[in-house]
Amino acid sequence: MITTDILIIGAGPTGLFTVFEAGLLKLKCHLIDALPQPGGQCSEIYPKKPIYDIPGFPEVLAGTLVDNLMGQIKAFEPGFTLGERADTLEKLEDGTFLVTTNKGTKHKAPIVAIAGGLGSFEPRKPLLDGIGKFEGNGGVAYIIKDPEVYRDKKVLIAGGGDSALDWSIFLADIASEVTLVHRRNEFRGALDSVEKVQSLKDLGKINLITPAEIIGLRGEDTLESVIVRKTGEDEEIVKDVDAFIPLFGLSPKLGPIADWGLEIEKNAIKVNNALDYETNIPGVYAIGDVNTYPGKLKLILCGFHEATLMCQSAYKKIHPDKKYVMKYTTVGGITGFDGSKKEAPKAVVKAIV
Amino acid sequence: MSDVKIKIKDRDGVVHEVDAPTDMNMNIMELVRAYELAPEGTIGVCGGMAMCASCQCYITSEHKLPEMSDDEDAMLAEAFNVEDNSRLGCQIHLSEELEGLELELAPE
Repeated sequence: MITTDILIIGAGPTGLFTVFEAGLLKLKCHLIDALPQPGGQCSEIYPKKPIYDIPGFPEVLAGTLVDNLMGQIKAFEPGFTLGERADTLEKLEDGTFLVTTNKGTKHKAPIVAIAGGLGSFEPRKPLLDGIGKFEGNGGVAYIIKDPEVYRDKKVLIAGGGDSALDWSIFLADIASEVTLVHRRNEFRGALDSVEKVQSLKDLGKINLITPAEIIGLRGEDTLESVIVRKTGEDEEIVKDVDAFIPLFGLSPKLGPIADWGLEIEKNAIKVNNALDYETNIPGVYAIGDVNTYPGKLKLILCGFHEATLMCQSAYKKIHPDKKYVMKYTTVGGITGFDGSKKEAPKAVVKAIV
Repeated sequence: MSDVKIKIKDRDGVVHEVDAPTDMNMNIMELVRAYELAPEGTIGVCGGMAMCASCQCYITSEHKLPEMSDDEDAMLAEAFNVEDNSRLGCQIHLSEELEGLELELAPE
């Protein structure tokens, strides 16, 4: 059981900045995210895109923004449960919340801050008849967890982005046969990955079928073959395989959060924006792109503001008897949970003679 | 300034004829969101960077549209339900040449 003061669902920019604001109030945070790395959309979808409306940054790459936020919150020692989706929220008898992930990891906290953006990222599944029955151990996987399961197996990968290229390269050494199918001859990936696939193809270590599409799957309970059709040709290629790995990227889904008893409007969680971004469940807040209120703007900078106010409200709930006066970081500095201290250097008073 | 008329068939098959402003630096994806023709969170997920294909649409009129960028082309190569007349709404800037454009939103 992981216990903390503020449990943050979503490790995007808003969730990360919450750790900083909570840290100033000496509140500890733990973050849960379905993606394997922090940063949310900024890391997953557009790490190389410049953002121009972060106050104080004329231009910053989304990936750099995430790196900066990770650096800013380091001293507050946030905990992370990554690669797991928050599935259930329960209110316990002592008034705290229990959040359990899809992998059964349990988290307990008096405050829950949902900073879930557009939801958790789920793999995009191709529309093929009967694909569902092969999911699990039947031979179809959308995410590669342990590449060793493909040792000496015949694998077919579909997709044209970085993950399709990278996994084709990686599995070329492990699997007995790797086939890569893409709808175009052109791939959208890092140049060296594209070149590496080209050389592995020339060496006969990767079978490339392009431009082509997967049109069907065959097998009883386990996958036996994948049917591929080259664009513009009628003939179908039946490729015998042990595994089919479609890698068509990820798309966000609000997911289980929708069943937590929160008031939902337009795929977002309604909050009290006059005060503190609390949801209809006291002690549960929603901040950043995941919330909605009159005039809502889905901007990172708005998420930062919402996180700041939300932390003040959380502090009052956790310490109802304490009086608190907001202190500027220029005055109070930053005292990390790791014992580090940062503060403005003292002015030197010295006479000039 | 002037508006153009654009016909959009939503994902439930309902046709909407909407006034599209050409002087507000908007694109088709933003137009669909402005008129709420698809639920929030199901269109324009990446914000308009040609990185998610949630705004894929089929162009059903004969308008000559700006050419596809490499980004749009690559994204459509990875999207589902792609047809010859598929485009990403976020990459089609609203301009006066689009008067009378007809399109259909691709399934989610």
